[in-house]
Amino acid sequence: MHEKPQSAIIADELTKSFADVRAVDHLSFDVHAGEIFGLVGPDGAGKTTTLRMLAGIMPPNEGTARVADFDVVHDPEKAKRHLSYMPQRFGLYEDLTVDENIRFYADLFGVNRTEREERSTRLLQAAGMREFRRRLAAKLSGGMKQKLGLVCALIHRPRIILLDEPTTGVDPVSRRDFWRILYELVSEGVAILISTAYLDEAERCHRVALLHQGRLLFCDTPNNLKAKLGKSVLSITSSEPRRLRAELESVVGISSLVLTGDGLHVVVDDGASRIPEFEARLKNASIPFNTIQQVTPTIEDLFVNAVGSGAPSHA
Amino acid sequence: MRSAVGRHPMPEHDNSVVIENLVKRFGDFVAVDRINLEVRKGEVFGFLGPNGAGKSTTIRMLCGLLRPTSGRARVAGYDVGREPESVRQNIGYMSQRFSLYNDLKVIENIRLFAGLYSVPASLLKERIEWVLEMANLKGQEHLITATLPGGWKQRLALGCAVLHQPPVIFLDEPTSGVDPISRRQFWDLIHHMAEEGVTVFVTTHYMEEAEYCNRLALISRGAVAALGTPSELKKAMKGELLLVECEPLGEAVEILQSAPDVIDAAVFGRALHLVVPDATAAIPQVKKYLSDHGVTVGLVDKIHPSLEDVFVSLTSTPDSGKEWEA
Repeated sequence: MHEKPQSAIIADELTKSFADVRAVDHLSFDVHAGEIFGLVGPDGAGKTTTLRMLAGIMPPNEGTARVADFDVVHDPEKAKRHLSYMPQRFGLYEDLTVDENIRFYADLFGVNRTEREERSTRLLQAAGMREFRRRLAAKLSGGMKQKLGLVCALIHRPRIILLDEPTTGVDPVSRRDFWRILYELVSEGVAILISTAYLDEAERCHRVALLHQGRLLFCDTPNNLKAKLGKSVLSITSSEPRRLRAELESVVGISSLVLTGDGLHVVVDDGASRIPEFEARLKNASIPFNTIQQVTPTIEDLFVNAVGSGAPSHA
Repeated sequence: MRSAVGRHPMPEHDNSVVIENLVKRFGDFVAVDRINLEVRKGEVFGFLGPNGAGKSTTIRMLCGLLRPTSGRARVAGYDVGREPESVRQNIGYMSQRFSLYNDLKVIENIRLFAGLYSVPASLLKERIEWVLEMANLKGQEHLITATLPGGWKQRLALGCAVLHQPPVIFLDEPTSGVDPISRRQFWDLIHHMAEEGVTVFVTTHYMEEAEYCNRLALISRGAVAALGTPSELKKAMKGELLLVECEPLGEAVEILQSAPDVIDAAVFGRALHLVVPDATAAIPQVKKYLSDHGVTVGLVDKIHPSLEDVFVSLTSTPDSGKEWEA
């Protein structure tokens, strides 16, 4: 179904240290045209530093980065011509309207008027912002500001897009609009590299690099990542999750027990086959529970399993 | 860990937060439109809603920072309109983006907040010990706050917010950006406090955090759109959810949006999420409809909705684009 993928971004052993902290540690991955690639990890995982190196605004200590086939250290201007980088705080002019902000960025990138009109109409439509063209940027909600930033960053039809945590603080409805625009772009062959601290957002990417403390834990499609867990996850709903957890704490084969608001999330070897055993055990101990069902593992389960939960407070 | 409540002069209440017909207008804009809610003592309660839905306005009223236009709210037994100062003395507030002074030492931050919250001198030593123990920061008192890992900062911020033993605490996206292991530990701590009788009111956009709440209220256009436990809300979704693997995705979405019996269709990674009235009945229909329209269909399967699916299905009215700052 797919042609041989073409690499739009290649990170090869990228490394960056600040004083005695290695923010990015020999990181390698590549992003193809027509794909959304997620850099996923908590704060301090090295996401922003990686994007800055790829955008050519911060030189790596070691390793190389190529964007659109140009080395970002040796040919930064050529690389930047094909690239749009949206940092966490994108520079919108609060005292300009939505339209005026778009015009400003269009002029900056030398986009002509016809193209600007056609492009901005389509992007604003996809963002659900058509009625807001004359509103001051300062009067937009957080989600709208992020979407306007994206529209401005895309006005010159870049082939490669770097987005640094664009959905932080954005509500789920606006987040869906945002992703709809991204899917539309990749269908036109654009390559998108997006960072997020929200592991559930990884599920929307085509491929994901899971980062922890500057290092690559895994790089694969979300489905393959979940298969890597090699364990199953059971969800037990109960009005007394704490008692439930205490009861299961000593059970063999369980690698993690997480309290949720109305139950327990259990990571266990061969889960489905053990449901009857757990049911019997809970009935025996007279612990109330509603259902025990097998659920799909999350990227968070994989992350926790890989990083391990040892020495909790001195990570 | 010792109890954070018990010595408090406040009388016992079953409900720590009681909201009755609460309304806030700004000019002719109704930001909060007759909200009614009761949050039980010791409950971890989640308050969710899109930007501009009236969430922050409600929280400001509950914290005694903004007077309601009409209706009433009682927090920890005090009326937010008439006794805002008593309300403020009886709550703790912590936000992800808030608040610790990064260039102060751990112990200096704790002392600062103890002063701000007027913790009596006779209790000071005991409360500082309590916070250090609760936040697992014993022996780290003299570290500069800026150098702490994210998860430690989070626990320190929580400790500072509860130094004065408030019966009700408000948390605003308390664990966004924190690594999953620290996040799990943080929520364990929250549930522990709740078990000891502290009421926890959480606002968040992140469904990963919402899953940790005992009950959730979904706010849309200033009103409560849904209320229940996370699993109840997942059952409350309008319709059922199908995962559809097909190619090309963009065309498939457009085709399906005009198909009979399709409530919603959205791209999700390399597949589609389709909301339909009846998943089992829809599977063969969707397969046929797509192949009739020239789309290559792979796996079509029923999946469990996530809280986010529910959120979007219940609140997807267009954003007014405004965030009302008081």
